[in-house]
Amino acid sequence: MLSMNDTSPAGGAPIPYMERTRLYYRALGYPSDYRWAHNETAPFTRLKRPLSQANIALITTSYPPGDYSDDNPPIKEVWSQAIASAPDGLYNQNLAWDKDSTHKKDRESYLPILALQRLAGDGVIGGLTEHFHGVPTDYSHRRTMEQDAPEILRRLVADGADAALLVPL
Amino acid sequence: MSLTARHLEENGIPTVVLGSGRDIVEHCAVPRFLFVDFPLGNPCGIPYDRDMQLELARLAVDLLASADGPQTTVRAPFEWNGAPDWREVYNRVRPEDKEALLAEGERRRIRMAKRPKRA
Repeated sequence: MLSMNDTSPAGGAPIPYMERTRLYYRALGYPSDYRWAHNETAPFTRLKRPLSQANIALITTSYPPGDYSDDNPPIKEVWSQAIASAPDGLYNQNLAWDKDSTHKKDRESYLPILALQRLAGDGVIGGLTEHFHGVPTDYSHRRTMEQDAPEILRRLVADGADAALLVPL
Repeated sequence: MSLTARHLEENGIPTVVLGSGRDIVEHCAVPRFLFVDFPLGNPCGIPYDRDMQLELARLAVDLLASADGPQTTVRAPFEWNGAPDWREVYNRVRPEDKEALLAEGERRRIRMAKRPKRA
């Protein structure tokens, strides 16, 4: 594995989330451990044009805003919305993030539209694609691989994406 | 999300993941990963810190061009500005919480059983 700029953090080692989550869910009384997707190698594709000309697609694991709750969660499905009409915030209360240590009041802390637009304005990237896209996190690797990932690919091709920035929570 | 990145990459679209769950992303193995060692939820920068958010977005897109091969991880040079014990308290399991955690698990199981299943 190649690692650049990979110095030890001042504040301690990164949280071992898989182990922490296993112990937590056992304490919640779940009988079997979740198996995270595992691969030894990864694919690799080079940019086909300079970054300064590339259209970047932004992908999130959050959901469109709505009147949701724990008992009325959003539907798990791929979704897209025009960047030009992006809402001020997305729904993600149903996702596993650190609700004790931080908050989600600033959309830019998990959906960096303003930052990417600034980079486009500065000529660092060519621009953003017309839409940003949402892909649900699913317990089933199969549903992600057979349904959601191919649907995201279709939408990115239709959107003319040269590359993608994926931001999981 | 990491599986989606792999699928896009396999089909000709270069990807970079910007996230905070380092072991999970690297366990799945992705082409390019900008690791931000913050509590899960704000991988694009501390809320309302526009300068940091811009720099993180810049570091992420730079990786699209600069990575020489797959499974390239770069750690972003920023530290969380909140409580110093944020790593310890996340999903902590303490003996004194045993009954409360089991009750919470039961609530979750009842809730999940009512939800419609995906096809």
